[in-house]
Amino acid sequence: MALPMFDATNDPGPSFTALLQAEGFEAVAPGDLPGSIPHATTVVALRYADGVVMAGDRRATAGHAIAHRAMEKVFPADRYSAVAIAGSAGMAVEMVRLFQVQLEHYEKVEGVTLSLEGKANQLAQMVRSHLPLAMQGFVVVPLFCGFDLARQTGRIFGYDATGGHYEESDFQTNGSGGPDARTTIKLGYRDGLTRAEAIELAVLALYEAADADAGTGGPDVVRGIYPIVATVTVDGYTQVEEIEVAERFGAVIERRRELRGDAGGALR
Amino acid sequence: MSMPFYAPPEQVMKDRAEYAQKGIARGRSLVACVYDGGVLLVAENPSKTLHKISEIYDRIAFAGVGKYNEYDQLRVAGVRHADTKGFAYSREDVDARSLANLYAQYLGNVFTHEMKPLEVEILVAELGSGTRPTQLFHVAYEGTITDEDRFAVLGGEAETILDAFSGLFVDGWDLAAALKATTAALAGPGRVLGADSIECAVLAEGATRRTFRRLGDAELTDLLVD
Repeated sequence: MALPMFDATNDPGPSFTALLQAEGFEAVAPGDLPGSIPHATTVVALRYADGVVMAGDRRATAGHAIAHRAMEKVFPADRYSAVAIAGSAGMAVEMVRLFQVQLEHYEKVEGVTLSLEGKANQLAQMVRSHLPLAMQGFVVVPLFCGFDLARQTGRIFGYDATGGHYEESDFQTNGSGGPDARTTIKLGYRDGLTRAEAIELAVLALYEAADADAGTGGPDVVRGIYPIVATVTVDGYTQVEEIEVAERFGAVIERRRELRGDAGGALR
Repeated sequence: MSMPFYAPPEQVMKDRAEYAQKGIARGRSLVACVYDGGVLLVAENPSKTLHKISEIYDRIAFAGVGKYNEYDQLRVAGVRHADTKGFAYSREDVDARSLANLYAQYLGNVFTHEMKPLEVEILVAELGSGTRPTQLFHVAYEGTITDEDRFAVLGGEAETILDAFSGLFVDGWDLAAALKATTAALAGPGRVLGADSIECAVLAEGATRRTFRRLGDAELTDLLVD
């Protein structure tokens, strides 16, 4: 690799994707694909008093088969933001990797971090440039959230496959189990949830999604694989310890067992 | 038809070297050294926004002295190289040695082929891990590259500062001691540099991924107090 020097008239600036194009890296569109491609499923994000909780199940499916049981769908985008993915797994993970480098690259070249809105727009452009592949069936739909240091609040951005992005006031879900998760959060949501309440609601939403959707994995108590739960606050991105997530799911399972699988009217 | 005057290559090189050295000598100097928790980089720099010291990658820092626009261009090229390499391969494949070599080639090329040599001296510092030791690569304006494993001094008054600093350096010292010694060496006899006239950053052990951190005025003042 040579030292990437550009003259002032064709400098790619702080954009990493522009740099990749200038260097001749191209996204390769697949031709005929063998078999079916793994898909990732339910992710949720909701606002609470200190910021945002984001969570995602661990299952990837290929057709009717389970392709992976321990796939991660929630990632730190940078110190103060997180991104969760649903859709064609391989491309989604690659998009997240590119997005992470893009944010860090901007920060290092420019010496300042992008605003939260700027990050959301960057992600929208990546989804949009992925549209030709989405039309072939490889849809990638991210969910983005972060802590806005200027406004001192957590914010959530939802996307569609064309790169349209919409700021959500309180919560958003994505993936095939998304509708079930969204209903669960909608019924249990109120302003100013505590961290514990918000995590509990996210966990319950994933439980309900897994209960109704074949593409969403529930808590795997046999293998000890639990959904990834993370918070983004003024202190940055923190992944919730697996042991705490396991306890939350344990409590939900215990309650359901007593009621023989019935939700029993308890939202949290 | 006019004939260009003949100038012997020795003379051309000597003139260019002198020109570059003069340019570098106009700016302030910089010291980097290892301490018990990582690598410390200190530059005399009254500006809070036009940095001499910057982050390149998780465990790699860049420092330059001389003409700002020239070393800043090299810094951006370094970030681009590192991010592209880390994206194409893996984060742990990004190393300071290959980057320092690229810088050396580039500076050497400009020195011999261009009208004007770059009036810069740069340092690529890498915080060691597992398989790689901590290294300070010093690249001069004409592409000469040297590697140090304890300290390096860049700038017009490098020799004087190096003499002073060699006497002060202690293996395994802590951040406060290292900072006091580097600041004293940069200041020279009869001068004191305060927190507002130096720029300081560390590559510090303990971070999960990005080890580069700038030290702010408040932290510097605390560390410089006896």
